[in-house]
Amino acid sequence: MELTFSKEQQNFRLEVREWLAANVPKQKLPTYDTKEGFELHRQWEKKLFDATLSMVMWPTKYGGRGCDLIDWLIFEEEYYGAGAPGRVNQNGQLLLGSTIMEFGTAEQKARFLPKMASSEDMWAQAWSEPNAGSDMANISSKAELHGDHYIINGQKTWSTRAIYADWAFGLFRSEAGSKRHHGLSFLLVPLDAEGVTIRPIKALDGEDAFAEIFFDNVKVPVENRIGDDGQGWHVAMATAGFERGLLLRSPARFQQPARRLVKLYRDNKAVADRDASIGAAVAKCWSDAEAYALSAYNTVGRVNNGEKIGAESSLNKIFWSELDLLIFQTAMDILGATGQLLRSAELAKEQAYWLDGFLFAQAGPIYAGTNEIQRNIVAERVLGLPKK
Amino acid sequence: MDFTFTEDQLLFREAIGRFLSTEASPENLRDIWSNEQAPIDNLLEQICAQGLSALSIPEANGGLGMGDIAWSLMTQELGYYAVVDQLADAAYVGAGLISALPNTVALKAEYLDKICEGKLRLAIGHECSPLVADAQLAGVLLMQHNNEVHIVSPDNVRITPNASIDTSRRLAQVDWQPSDKTCAASGEEGQIIWQETLNRGALSVAGQLLGLAQRMLDLSVEYSLQRKQFGKEIGSFQAVKHQLADVAGKIEIAKPVLYRAACSLENKHPLSDIHVSQARNFCNDAAALAARHSIQVHGAMGYTWEVDLQMYMKRSWALNNTWGDSTCHQARVQNYVLNTDVDLAPSKTFEVMS
Ligand SMILES: Cc1cc2nc3c(=O)[nH]c(=O)nc-3n(C[C@H](O)[C@H](O)[C@H](O)COP(=O)(O)OP(=O)(O)OC[C@H]3O[C@@H](n4cnc5c(N)ncnc54)[C@H](O)[C@@H]3O)c2cc1C
Repeated sequence: MELTFSKEQQNFRLEVREWLAANVPKQKLPTYDTKEGFELHRQWEKKLFDATLSMVMWPTKYGGRGCDLIDWLIFEEEYYGAGAPGRVNQNGQLLLGSTIMEFGTAEQKARFLPKMASSEDMWAQAWSEPNAGSDMANISSKAELHGDHYIINGQKTWSTRAIYADWAFGLFRSEAGSKRHHGLSFLLVPLDAEGVTIRPIKALDGEDAFAEIFFDNVKVPVENRIGDDGQGWHVAMATAGFERGLLLRSPARFQQPARRLVKLYRDNKAVADRDASIGAAVAKCWSDAEAYALSAYNTVGRVNNGEKIGAESSLNKIFWSELDLLIFQTAMDILGATGQLLRSAELAKEQAYWLDGFLFAQAGPIYAGTNEIQRNIVAERVLGLPKK
Repeated sequence: MDFTFTEDQLLFREAIGRFLSTEASPENLRDIWSNEQAPIDNLLEQICAQGLSALSIPEANGGLGMGDIAWSLMTQELGYYAVVDQLADAAYVGAGLISALPNTVALKAEYLDKICEGKLRLAIGHECSPLVADAQLAGVLLMQHNNEVHIVSPDNVRITPNASIDTSRRLAQVDWQPSDKTCAASGEEGQIIWQETLNRGALSVAGQLLGLAQRMLDLSVEYSLQRKQFGKEIGSFQAVKHQLADVAGKIEIAKPVLYRAACSLENKHPLSDIHVSQARNFCNDAAALAARHSIQVHGAMGYTWEVDLQMYMKRSWALNNTWGDSTCHQARVQNYVLNTDVDLAPSKTFEVMS
């Protein structure tokens, strides 16, 4: 055990830090859940890509730097520490990217990964359906194989940022009459194809953060299938849970608001200290965020030693989503009567940051597999308790 | 940057676990829990025969020179098997304290040799607690007076036993008189020694609590697979599953916090106090939730003397407030985060403050 960074790692950190100091927009970009904000975030992603900083752990031939996961953690610490813009294409880059890396053909990798890294292609996830939420194996959207293409029919929902995205990836039932996780195929669908209709859904904050996608005889070439026909479930699940858990929400994503929370407390100490439990909660938020960071370095060390990280990544997801709630709830407790104020309100200063975070934190225990489902997974696969 | 253990360290842990699973089986523990001194002697003799008391004695004094990092694995095993206080207190915390004494202390080398051979029982009286563990058994007492370290013979003290809910613990009040003759370190030297001893004691307890939490979880999983109600194993009920999954979560997140603290202590990191207290907070939490959910999953069985769970549960309650109570460790972290002027940026996790 050796908990210090090498010279190379320190240099990499400094390089990232300097680049961000020179390039992060001084003015916060408008939310990527608006058309204008989305495009501004796309431009930002391009800038990151041009500096080979958009996907540092991807191979150089796909636009990355071939860094290891420690470097990636370092990058994330600098990125969030600098208050840089949210990653608009992360569901593609972090979730689909890993899947293509593992299951894609050489052609698919060359075709999709570089444009994903540069965000020329923006990606939306399309797993959920009206009757397939937690029970994802209940997917009923169909993909009928006709020679060199599939014809897709059905409906997806809750697809984040689908309204502005270029592509969607998801599972479709390609074997007629198949049940549950059998007979599904993993397909990549261009959202400008004929027969695709996208209807925005307003999220809690009133923005069109996600959407329903309707497929009406949409033609998708077989080259857009990842993995074999009927193997979609396996492909969707196999990308190490660790990547889904850790990559999507790196520790720095929570350390930064925890750090701001400490500042909020210090700036409002007289008010906050009227309730002694607030100081305790602030310290716990910071300490929990640091624990998550320690856990990430520990996990990465084990991965680098060849260990497989399986269902325990479900514990990760529960931990960070609950931490996020605690951070923003505690901020609300400190802000008191002004916590509710929208950005447009006269008295609002820093409030909007906390309110946005508070709202989005409510979704953490729901998306990426609800925390109840994660607890089931832990009980069954880590502890070995019976399925039924 | 490498947050993992060496193969040797992991193998060592496994070997210790195997050894303790027979020597400190629940049946043997029960003996210790229900009788007075004799069974403790048996267990300690077995342990010393394995050379375990020599683990952290410096190599120059014939020991193995094992550091805090490796001990963070060892203490989890001690906790898992609820091994009595004396082993960790003498071989780890006490050995560290004695090693840190100035070389001018006449008895230092002799004590280290004796611990190495398993022939010295000792007790440490730190001001964080009004009670001293194993004072009744000790051949020597290491006592704090202000910042001074005093070496006191049991002949010159009055020992009043106080029974603990963990009946394997031998707690006592110790009345004694400091004098120039008993003083082995004073001033700044003594202060540093006690600071490090408190940290090592707290870290030792953190590891043991984590081991206890894991044991309680394992016992509960086992019970929930065997006990049937409504025609099914109770472990198939979601309310039971989720309680146990939450315990697993607390244990997982506590591990890296414990290991970082061990690494800091071993390398004399300037933030050792904070890192150790963070470790204690996470390990305390894990053990507390493990106890609460385990007794719930056991139903009325969990409220009996008969079921083994009781020993691990009671020990966790007792240790939760040993080597600094839970409030004091929370306060140390809270004070650091809220009342100092440190930069808490994400990049600072491993950065040594200058
Ligand atoms: C902000 C946000 C973004 C999202 N983005 C996307 C996206 O980009 N693409 C996409 O495909 N989906 C997305 N989702 C959808 C998300 O994956 C689903 O909401 C989630 O899987 C839960 O499904 P559901 O909403 O249908 O809830 P349901 O499955 O109906 O669950 C409702 C409640 O019942 C509980 N429950 C259900 N089954 C069980 C069980 N077996 N045991 C215990 N409790 C159970 C759940 O835990 C939950 O509390 C997003 C959701 C949110 C909130």
